[in-house]
Amino acid sequence: MYRALKPIIIKEFRQIRRDPTSLGMLLLLPAALIVLTGYALNFDVKHVPMVIFDQNKSPESRALLEKFKHSEYFRYVRDVDGYTDIEEDFLHGRAKAAVVIPVTFAHDLISGRDTHVQILVDGADANTAGQAVGNATRLVLDYSTRMVADFFRRMGREVYVPIDFRPRVWYNPDLVSSQYLVPGLIGFILVLTAVISTSLTVVREKERGTMEQIMVSPLRPVQVVLGKTIPYLLISLVAATVILILGYFLFGIQVKGSMLLLYAGIVTIIIGALGQGLLISTVTDSQQVAFMISVFSSLLPSFLLSGFVFPVSNMPVVLQVLSNLAVNKFFLIVVRSVMLKGAGLSAVWPQFVYMIIFAFATLGISMRRMSKRSV
Amino acid sequence: MIAGGNRKIGEGSWWSVIFEIIRKEFYQIRQDRRMLGVSIAAPILQVLLLGYAATTDIKYSTLVVCDMDRSEQSRAFLKEFTNTSYFVQRYSVVLPDEMDPYIQDAKANIGLVIPPGFGRHLLARQSAQVQVVLDGTDANTANVLLNYANQIVATYSQSVLIRTMKTAPSVRVGRIIPEPRIWFNPDLLSQNFMVPGVVALVLMIITMTLTSLGIVKEKELGTLEQLMVTPIKPYQLILGKLLPFTIIGFADMVIVLTIAHFWFQVPMLGSLPLLFALSGLFILTTLGLGLFISTIAKSQQQAMLIAQFFFFMPFLFLSGFTFPIANMPVLIQYVSYVIPLRYFLEIVRGIFLKGAGLGELWPQAAALLLIGVSIITLSVARFRKRLE
Repeated sequence: MYRALKPIIIKEFRQIRRDPTSLGMLLLLPAALIVLTGYALNFDVKHVPMVIFDQNKSPESRALLEKFKHSEYFRYVRDVDGYTDIEEDFLHGRAKAAVVIPVTFAHDLISGRDTHVQILVDGADANTAGQAVGNATRLVLDYSTRMVADFFRRMGREVYVPIDFRPRVWYNPDLVSSQYLVPGLIGFILVLTAVISTSLTVVREKERGTMEQIMVSPLRPVQVVLGKTIPYLLISLVAATVILILGYFLFGIQVKGSMLLLYAGIVTIIIGALGQGLLISTVTDSQQVAFMISVFSSLLPSFLLSGFVFPVSNMPVVLQVLSNLAVNKFFLIVVRSVMLKGAGLSAVWPQFVYMIIFAFATLGISMRRMSKRSV
Repeated sequence: MIAGGNRKIGEGSWWSVIFEIIRKEFYQIRQDRRMLGVSIAAPILQVLLLGYAATTDIKYSTLVVCDMDRSEQSRAFLKEFTNTSYFVQRYSVVLPDEMDPYIQDAKANIGLVIPPGFGRHLLARQSAQVQVVLDGTDANTANVLLNYANQIVATYSQSVLIRTMKTAPSVRVGRIIPEPRIWFNPDLLSQNFMVPGVVALVLMIITMTLTSLGIVKEKELGTLEQLMVTPIKPYQLILGKLLPFTIIGFADMVIVLTIAHFWFQVPMLGSLPLLFALSGLFILTTLGLGLFISTIAKSQQQAMLIAQFFFFMPFLFLSGFTFPIANMPVLIQYVSYVIPLRYFLEIVRGIFLKGAGLGELWPQAAALLLIGVSIITLSVARFRKRLE
């Protein structure tokens, strides 16, 4: 069995070597991407461009607006004189938030009445808008509470903070996006490279007519499939290791759990993804179609459907069921649990079972299809 | 394979030459039924699925509560949480440690601990502690939840302060009440933001793949050389090759825009003709990029890897599709200026959600035109050089 396997592996490696550009891309680009995206990607909503519409122009209103100008969550753009200006700025994208102080602001406060401050937000980007609203609301509430406290202090009373609020954030206390995204990126990049690199292997030989030659040789389909996947498995393992090292040195992301378990997960997902690529390769007749199917079955689902950026639990139920087709979903749970939470096999075995089933199914169907052709 | 029939290519007027190449190209596309099927069916499926998947909405979060005080005050405080649309109390535990598994296994998103003495402290005008525990792995979700919790606590704390400090009803103290209003997408549906984005993405992938692989394939098969020795001029060949893909691209666009508007109910506030015109500019850039890839790739596999790693992935991450550009390091913000998808996303979202017109969107349109013209000029130059 092994002796028959060796020549195929050697042949596949030779083909890879003959195309150093592709090999370089398979090894170096994952590293480049992790650096680029690890620095660039975050959901932190800071420095939201903001305009101010102060209809009161009193010392009181200016004191509150100062807080906005000095907040890291907002970036002061300019003062405006009306709602049409705000709309203009929103439309041109010059501002995404606006604070409107009513005419009666100072008068209300001095006479002991509640006053309202409007916070306008451009809602097109729902996530940014939601966070900007939250940050502005908190800023106003904090200011208001301090003002109320000052009022009582001036009356000679001892002031206290009624609720001493102590949030405790587990696993990622500073709420750094890269802690969440970089482990996810490992799965994303591995699945993509594996699917793309294998999805062309068989179909390429079909287009060139060399598949027939392999088929008439005494090789069994299992040997062909293994011979075609093992080289890419090795390349992907190297790429994964590079990513882990960079993640540690650049972003300080440590593997809290067992390294062995993490690599077991990496090998399983790579085999599953290679199986997916091979399956695409056996069902298509041209490289063009194979590429399109692999992009639409790996790039977008791995990005959007797997929970890489958008939590699966927020999706409609039907889609939560469909998300099971994106094998990356299970790997993401494994890699995040093992890396960030230090989880053991007892916590992630269901994911392993699913990934193994996926790998067997895709590889099995690919072999069946290949043996049928040869008959 | 080369001509759709027995006609000779390269004879006749300027337009008839291009027309012949288009005919041949369509003939080839028709022959490859699967290819045509994938280029039409894939965008539909993708938009339908991913339109639902791409959501940052956090509808409601489950709460696990450990109320060790069980006083009137602690119950009133809890009500502040459960009265909002953000939190639903799902579990109650007796001891704080019992909360851990709920958070660990993500059965509850947020845990609330009210220590004993909460009510007593408040009545005595002393600070009362409240602890909140949450899983920070998903930093974005955790941030949103923490923000909600902070708002509820700050509002409650302020009202308790006023209530307990007032010595007489005649003492009046004003508060500043924040009043958030959201324009353009009042319900903060992330779908309205994401679906136009998915439309742009799918359009880009289809047109770039078709062009780059279509031309490299002919190179691999050697049929490109055959076309070269005919009297067809390079630009005629390129034009004839690009036009069919433009037509498929536009057909895809009409389909996915229809789905976005009628299926996902994304409001269409702006002008449809403007959207089509500017989409044409965007397709110009993606076809140009496809052509460019085909001039540097030696095989279809290389073309695929280049498209995937140098274009699709960076575009996906750096165009502002999901991650706001304003949050990126300045250097990377500069990189995003050469990404056509960035401008097209601003255009699609602006026209759909804000009803923006050319008065607002001309800089984006100009950028697309500039990128499109330069990349096509560059690719045509490279293409000709290879041929000569």
